Amino acid sequence: MVQAFEEISAADFFYRNRDIAGFTNPTRAIFSSMRELVENSLDAADQLGIPSDIYIRLSHDYEAMKVEAEEGNLENEFTGLEPRVYRLRIADNGSGVPARHIPSAFGQVLFGSKYKLKQARGTFGLGGTMALLYGQITTHKPALVESSTGGARRYKYRLMVDIPRNRPIILDRKITLNKEGWRGTIVEFSLEGDYAKAMSRILEYLKQTALVNPYANITFIDPRGRLYKFTRATSKVPSPPKETKPHPYGVDVETIQRLIRITPYRNMVDFMKNHFHRVGEKTAHNFLESAGIGKTINPKRLSQERVVRLVKTMKRFRGFLPPDASCLSPIGEELLETGILKELQPEFVALCQRQPSTYSGHPFIVEVAIAYGGNISRRSDMVLYRFANRIPLLYDEASDVAWKIIKRINWRRYKVTADMAIAILVHICSTKVPYKTVGKEFIADRPEVKREIRNGIREAARQLQHFLTKREHVEKERKRLSTFSKYLPKIAKFSTELSGKEKPPDIRKLLMSVKKYEKS
Amino acid sequence: MRRVKSAALERKKEVATTLENFGLNLYEQMEKGVFPSIKMPSRSTENIYYSPELRQYILGERRVRRSARNIRHIRPFTQLVWTAYFAHELAKHRKTSTLRDVYYSAQAYEVAFKDQPESNNIITDLETVAGFAREDFNVFPEERSAIFGDLTIEYTVPGYEGRQLNLTSHPDGVMIGPALTSAEFVKTGADKVIAIEKGGLFTRFVEEQVHKKFNALLVLTAGQAPRATRHFIHRLNKELKLPVCILTDGDPWGMHIAMVIISGSANAAHLRDLTTPDAKWSGVWASDIVKYKLPSDPLTNVDVKRLHELQRDPRYKGKLWQRETKKFLKIRKKAEQEAFSRYGLTYIVDEYLPAKLEAFEQS
Repeated sequence: MVQAFEEISAADFFYRNRDIAGFTNPTRAIFSSMRELVENSLDAADQLGIPSDIYIRLSHDYEAMKVEAEEGNLENEFTGLEPRVYRLRIADNGSGVPARHIPSAFGQVLFGSKYKLKQARGTFGLGGTMALLYGQITTHKPALVESSTGGARRYKYRLMVDIPRNRPIILDRKITLNKEGWRGTIVEFSLEGDYAKAMSRILEYLKQTALVNPYANITFIDPRGRLYKFTRATSKVPSPPKETKPHPYGVDVETIQRLIRITPYRNMVDFMKNHFHRVGEKTAHNFLESAGIGKTINPKRLSQERVVRLVKTMKRFRGFLPPDASCLSPIGEELLETGILKELQPEFVALCQRQPSTYSGHPFIVEVAIAYGGNISRRSDMVLYRFANRIPLLYDEASDVAWKIIKRINWRRYKVTADMAIAILVHICSTKVPYKTVGKEFIADRPEVKREIRNGIREAARQLQHFLTKREHVEKERKRLSTFSKYLPKIAKFSTELSGKEKPPDIRKLLMSVKKYEKS
Repeated sequence: MRRVKSAALERKKEVATTLENFGLNLYEQMEKGVFPSIKMPSRSTENIYYSPELRQYILGERRVRRSARNIRHIRPFTQLVWTAYFAHELAKHRKTSTLRDVYYSAQAYEVAFKDQPESNNIITDLETVAGFAREDFNVFPEERSAIFGDLTIEYTVPGYEGRQLNLTSHPDGVMIGPALTSAEFVKTGADKVIAIEKGGLFTRFVEEQVHKKFNALLVLTAGQAPRATRHFIHRLNKELKLPVCILTDGDPWGMHIAMVIISGSANAAHLRDLTTPDAKWSGVWASDIVKYKLPSDPLTNVDVKRLHELQRDPRYKGKLWQRETKKFLKIRKKAEQEAFSRYGLTYIVDEYLPAKLEAFEQS
């Protein structure tokens, strides 16, 4: 018997392996769908440098229920058993998708605008389409996508994904006049899910998203008709990241091959100078000498072995400047503080933004905050909020490098005791976040990253320690004063009685002197 | 029969003046705009010395300063001033109180003590500052002892002022409580005081008319004599010029009961007038155990350890004390006062006591 070999498309691949993209089960799927689309919406507004407005509505798909009822499958309706079919609608005020890209952006896996080297929430061009793909395979219904870039027209598509061919199928297209000058994207589709089980995660996700995006308005109406509103506390938006070229430490043979294919430059010096991050005339010369590759050679003529040698030398060469962080967009201490005060209402926040650093040629910045007291709940352990490129990471906390670091810190040194209400927030932004899995749920144990997180936590902890010491001192002084105010008048009273005097001595001066001492 | 004038009333007056001056001193400091503070002798063990002249423990030169300026002092300081105030009120209204009473009374003035020991300690502070025993402040412990014999006293407590009582009027003896402690001595026909450790023997002595036969006042110490009783014995000795002899069990603990009546305790080193240095311990001695062939028990390890401690004690320098501690250690025996019953119930009164008193009077 002859074994049948066949090629599968990218869409088909993810259809078969939806676990790795976070669509493991109905609970996880409904969470992931919402999350992917919310993140696309946030990115779309960031691109324009405007504060996001996102509207999310998750409702029961009554149409689907009607069909089930007609077919006699009323089980779900009466037993209330999940999963059920839901309708998810997400509308944003982002940049909008150009009309000709709409079908591919939402109907084709691995088609996207984020393959460039700059920080964005999504990077795989996978999320949005995966959500629609999941909806399609569980309900077999088309998705509605409406978008406008703010021009004269708005475009509305009814789409499905041709899974075997990884191509969008356009079922319907409507073009209307955009009189009100609306800009943004609306996605609406049906999917199977288990909201009852996913609810707490979804709400936690939205809360944490609101925390790191304090400039976003997020409105969510859940299937039970409840309204959750996360209102922006500022309209300040972090400065958008700049696009950047690859740093020599971070490239591989395939990247070089691709660059050679497209390069217009005819010699190696120009090739190095123009295609790589932080490589100038002098660095290019030094590097090429070190690699033993002629400066005048046409890159297109490089032999296979020389390309390999080039890459190997790039990794070893010490003369490259580290990547700069202009391609990164950290939240910033001010916005982080705004977000934390808004969503957690602590008594005190310590913040620390680390200097940019790199691992394997990828620049990254770590931001840490420690929130103390106030409305933060007192739990047996500290609460850790993890973020990567402004995305909350909710799963696999114990595997995250930040958690391991926290566990190993001697908190008593910072006057932190087990009964304190403490939340720690760790944000890492990078052109390539070192996730350990495709599920993008926790940060891997990279020594460079680890060092930055540890130093950030320590720095913030020192601020907290300072605060706690100061407060302790104030508290002690307050107690001292109240002790004097309590007892001194009694001494005065009893002495007066004993000595048979008419009126008690004037002790106001004495009490004042205690207060004076307190200020010094 | 002698008629005497008691010092009780003058002493009460003196106590009240001392407390008033204490308050006045603090008042004036506050008027001057400084935090009130006091100095008093330190009661730490390093500051307790034995005075051979006074034949009792005394406090040394070291003094401590308590200031309301100090956050750690201000609470006990306030309690001290309150206690002085409370004592003064007691004196003013001629009321008495107990240690327990003081502890509870403080709560009404929001200067509550956290426990009884704290309250007792502040009272001891007041004793140290003022130089008077708590009984002088009309604060009494709840332990009581008794007296029986031909002594006529005149009460000074409210409601009984001027009323007189002869202490033979009740055969159980009259309790040495606040009323008796503050009473004036009017007259006595006795010419000595016999202090007795145990209630059983005290009762026997009353039954056998020891007070008449030997012309004595009988004082029951009921174990270790309370301060009020020690002060009372002191007064009997000083005011009525009555010699005092003490009868205790024949063991190191009985010895020490006698010694505390004679020379006082380290705990009361800050106080005077609680001791009776001329009182004598008349028995039961170790040598009596041998001489009268008394039924005895062997000394325990604790007894032996205590005897060694007493040998080193400065109060035990005297010939009699050294001789008897050595004797106890030699014969390794001890005997209770009741041991004389072996020879019949009246033997102790008929034989032992006369012999002892003869020796006592000759000494």
